[in-house]
Amino acid sequence: MKLATQLHLEGRVIKAGRAEGEALVSPAPMGFLGGVDAETGIVTEKGHPLEGQCVTGKVLVFPTGKGSTVGSYVLYQLAANGLAPAAILNAESEPIVAVGAIISDIPMVDQLPLERIHTGDFVLVEGARVTVRPRLPADSQG
Amino acid sequence: MLPNPKPEIQNRIRLTAEEGAWLAGEAGPAIRRAMEIVAALAQIYGAERLTPVASVQISGVSYRNIGAAGLAFLRKWADEGASVRVPTTLNPAAMDLEAWAEQGFDPTFATQQQAVIAAFARMGVGGAGGESGPFPTCTPYLVGNVPRLGESVAWAESSAVAYANSVLGARTNREGGPGAIAAALVGRTGAYGLHLAENRRATLHVRVRVALRTISDYSALGALVGQRAGSRIPYFEGLPLERGAPLWEENLKALGAALAATGAVGVFHVAGVTPEALAGPVLAPAHETTTVADLAPGYAALTDAAARPALIWIGCPHASLAEIALVAELVRGKRLRLPLWITCARPVKAAAVAQGLAGDIAAAGGRLYADACLAIAPVRDLGFAAVMTPSAKGACYLRNLAGVSARFGTLEECIHMAVTGGE
Repeated sequence: MKLATQLHLEGRVIKAGRAEGEALVSPAPMGFLGGVDAETGIVTEKGHPLEGQCVTGKVLVFPTGKGSTVGSYVLYQLAANGLAPAAILNAESEPIVAVGAIISDIPMVDQLPLERIHTGDFVLVEGARVTVRPRLPADSQG
Repeated sequence: MLPNPKPEIQNRIRLTAEEGAWLAGEAGPAIRRAMEIVAALAQIYGAERLTPVASVQISGVSYRNIGAAGLAFLRKWADEGASVRVPTTLNPAAMDLEAWAEQGFDPTFATQQQAVIAAFARMGVGGAGGESGPFPTCTPYLVGNVPRLGESVAWAESSAVAYANSVLGARTNREGGPGAIAAALVGRTGAYGLHLAENRRATLHVRVRVALRTISDYSALGALVGQRAGSRIPYFEGLPLERGAPLWEENLKALGAALAATGAVGVFHVAGVTPEALAGPVLAPAHETTTVADLAPGYAALTDAAARPALIWIGCPHASLAEIALVAELVRGKRLRLPLWITCARPVKAAAVAQGLAGDIAAAGGRLYADACLAIAPVRDLGFAAVMTPSAKGACYLRNLAGVSARFGTLEECIHMAVTGGE
């Protein structure tokens, strides 16, 4: 058996930047207006797979955005409150979250194979490059 | 916080040297962010390059919609020295920027709404055509922002987009709020969608087999066809419309607004009337055909019959001088029992005042409000639970955005309701 290997992915830059953190993966699209509380960073959408979880400091992974265009400004408010995710990774981004990430200086990449990233993995985002270090049951910091 | 690497070039879109320099931050943080937004949106929509735009129409102006977060962001952008590069006009605010107290707005809300407008003014947003402004309106083409045939622009506001593309023959997609601001700051937008000639051909042939008599009839037609069209491009044949005839532009304004409110329609063509239909065949070889033979379902679908209107609202989209004259004619010498509000652009209101139309309407008990849109106002807080309007778009948004009951009727029916109070 080999050591856990790092996974190197390359996507499309929506907002250039460098960030790292633990992955928080949603299989469902995310909306920010009425979906995430800008005062706490907690997902509040009823029945959402991430309901009750906090996005702050996480590398937030979801297929695409949804919902009201005002969601861009909710992301901005999250960032202004110091509660933004560290980075956002999408399969296919749409304008609301993309604009929100840009105006909030949150590094964002799309066109990634999200099925290869799991909640708890360590993720490093550098421009278009995304490095994933899978979390193992006995992970001893690599 | 990790140090930022060199700005990653958005490598799937071709940028000019100047655009690349802006993206790298050489023109400051405001322009860099604007280029990031324009380039990212262009990529998301599959553009290969950007196109210069002749003007911009910005949405996201009502404080009720954008809230404290939106205002904070606009202020930050203005603080960074952001300034528009092309003539730029603004969508309506929630209230008349001068007569808000008479309308019943809360002073705290009014202060925040004024602050939004002030932030835009600091970025150089004004009246196009040399006037000072800003004059918030959904009809920028009535106050000097009039793009030419074939010219690319970056407009938000779905009814204005439909008008610019269809009636003027300009080219624009429906921009979002921050995207339109970004386009104004760099004078560019992604060259995709309706900027490209091959995407402007009609894919839904609409055979109109019903008489259209009023502006609201065009609105009802738009509501019916918008639902059927989805994102297809309608081509109308059989409209009793002639270029240059009285109210021909008002009829098309109403048609386009309803199409865009009930469907995702950004452009439509009218046989023998709109510029691209006049220039040559616009119907794509692969298209479907639909027939409209009755407008009544269009009115009925947007009417909550049980609700008794507390307010009559005219001016969605903002009324033209000719529409205000129609209202003045109908109310002259009458005494209205229900409040009647007409919303329009501030320069249009000034013209209506100068011609005595505003005085005639005021004498009957009606009011002309500039800058404002009821669909994005806290209508219920103003004391109105049900509103009647001759606009399908107005009725649709009163329900869905303002959250009140709506009734959609002809202008004559609306004035009759105002006179009788529904009794």
